[in-house]
Amino acid sequence: MQRILFGDNQFFGVNHMSEDKARAQAMRFPSTASVIEVLDAAYDEGIKVFMCTTHERIGDICDYMRANAGRYADFQFYPCMPYGVKYANAVTEHGVLGALKMFLPQEGALGAILKGGVSAARREVKGLAELLIDAEMKMFEGLSTPVIFLQNLATDLLLGLGFNEAFRVFAEHVRNRYQAEPGFITMNLPRLLDVLEGLGIDNPIVCASINKIGFRMCGGIEAYEKAIATRTFRPIAMSVLASGAIAPREALEYVCGQSAIRSIVFGASSRANIRQTKQLIRELSARQSAPLRVAER
Amino acid sequence: MTRVALIGLGKMGLSHLAIVRTHPQVDLVAVCDPAAYVREVLTKHTGLKGYADYRRLLDEEEPDAVVIATPSRFHAEMVQAALERDIHVYCEKPFCLDVAEGRRLAELAETKRLVSQVGYHYRFVAAFQEMKRLIDAGVLGRIHHFRAEAYGPVVLRANGSTWRTRRTEGGGCLYDYACHAIDLVHYLVGRPDAVGGTVLNRVLSRDVEDEVYSTFFYADGKTGQLAANWSDESFRKMSVKVTVWGANGRICADRQELQLYLREIAPQAPQFAAGWNVRNTTELTKPVWFYLRGEEYSAQIDHFIQSVEQRNPHTLCTFRAAAEVDGVAAMMLKDAQNVGSIGAARAPLH
Repeated sequence: MQRILFGDNQFFGVNHMSEDKARAQAMRFPSTASVIEVLDAAYDEGIKVFMCTTHERIGDICDYMRANAGRYADFQFYPCMPYGVKYANAVTEHGVLGALKMFLPQEGALGAILKGGVSAARREVKGLAELLIDAEMKMFEGLSTPVIFLQNLATDLLLGLGFNEAFRVFAEHVRNRYQAEPGFITMNLPRLLDVLEGLGIDNPIVCASINKIGFRMCGGIEAYEKAIATRTFRPIAMSVLASGAIAPREALEYVCGQSAIRSIVFGASSRANIRQTKQLIRELSARQSAPLRVAER
Repeated sequence: MTRVALIGLGKMGLSHLAIVRTHPQVDLVAVCDPAAYVREVLTKHTGLKGYADYRRLLDEEEPDAVVIATPSRFHAEMVQAALERDIHVYCEKPFCLDVAEGRRLAELAETKRLVSQVGYHYRFVAAFQEMKRLIDAGVLGRIHHFRAEAYGPVVLRANGSTWRTRRTEGGGCLYDYACHAIDLVHYLVGRPDAVGGTVLNRVLSRDVEDEVYSTFFYADGKTGQLAANWSDESFRKMSVKVTVWGANGRICADRQELQLYLREIAPQAPQFAAGWNVRNTTELTKPVWFYLRGEEYSAQIDHFIQSVEQRNPHTLCTFRAAAEVDGVAAMMLKDAQNVGSIGAARAPLH
């Protein structure tokens, strides 16, 4: 797994601090070309992984990458599925079954599953989940996707429902069908680690909000720090800047000071910001300073 | 531990289920939905007990509290059945389509001193809570006007057909979207004494309005405007924003931030400077034990559970408060007919 991952929130109008800022960002990226320009800047700065949701517009990015495979020889996608808003809106409009029908590839797939009867419920869920994963992965055909994530809305919904089996189905399908590593995005890190451990999903890749102010770190910042320091998993830090609430150096010092954190995902809209963030991560990671976490508070 | 049951496994039901089930003081005893597939998959894989018939669930499980997240037309009978069995009730919004029925149920809950709460989750958004605190403290001085807006992408094509697109079942932009804005207005500045100039227009839907506009009037001279449009996909998801003008400035809040402009420093809140002040969700929002879609969804469930444990019927959003929202929605429907807008029952303009 690469140390620095490039995120996509800035392209799709996601900002946790300000709706105006989110809209301004969305306006900055009206076209595929405007997104590619920033991805190019990141790529040229040596950031070769794009961690992105399976938003419809990513499909266009994928088309572009396939068409220009020469330029992006070692470019990798880490898809995060599903794009939650797409499903949530569909469930609102069509109900749970109607939404499933919408996202399944061929007509009748759901009908066949429903007809199978309750006795085969276990197989039905597995088959259904695999069809949904394949539908989301279709846009990445022929591209490198070494890690595939379950998006936090899905992870945390399943976690809350206690639908643990689904994590195993996801992990197995991603491994078998895509020869990729499964990853899980969550806002509830300690709770998820317990469940994954119980399922025997060893040394999982887990991406969570990890930031100095404890923003969206359910279970508490101490529990996160302890989990990161002591448990066997591969943590990826997201929301490191807490949408801009923490100054970059201070924010990255906190994350880079925790040596067990494998990767950091961040989004930026300009080459200057990308370069600055990358250099900060390099500098602070190299320092590998004595753990400042507990001492600092 | 509070023993909780949940009825309705649609979008809101599943979301509530995930949140309720992780609550450290809750024992989730059973779920209910007449639709077999979702219910059976859930019970099979999560160890939950499932019922197709909610009355059977209530009788056999005898829960302390119930979460009702069904389409609105079922609310009244389900709430009634729960209250009759002395069960505390959390019910999704809009509360009751029949205003008189909503008021009757509010009274029943009050008489029995049962905890009642309705899912107007914006009351649990930290920025709106801070906004209310500042308004109540008099930071803005006398309030003279407000604007409450709700926009988002629900109906983006013609021919959608679910309960949300049928007025008789609680569908339409008024019940689905505008009610959130109405409730926030009630929470922040109180219930209007009259409404006027109400417009309920169809944009894409066949049977219900897709946009709602209205002016609210108050006996003290204050006025406000309400705008809601659920066919606006320029918003990634539902967005609610309220701006309030007072003698000493203006305050504006949405889920992410609070913006306060003060003409002069208010002694009640000296931490805010004259001119612009901004507070973001990152500093205003209190952590929750479990996060799914926003801290407010967890916070409202926690508020309900704590209220049940303390037998405190005065929740932040009681049946009484929700019935008031339904009452204003009814006033707006009536006003829209007088105003002569297209109206839900009339033919669309061409």
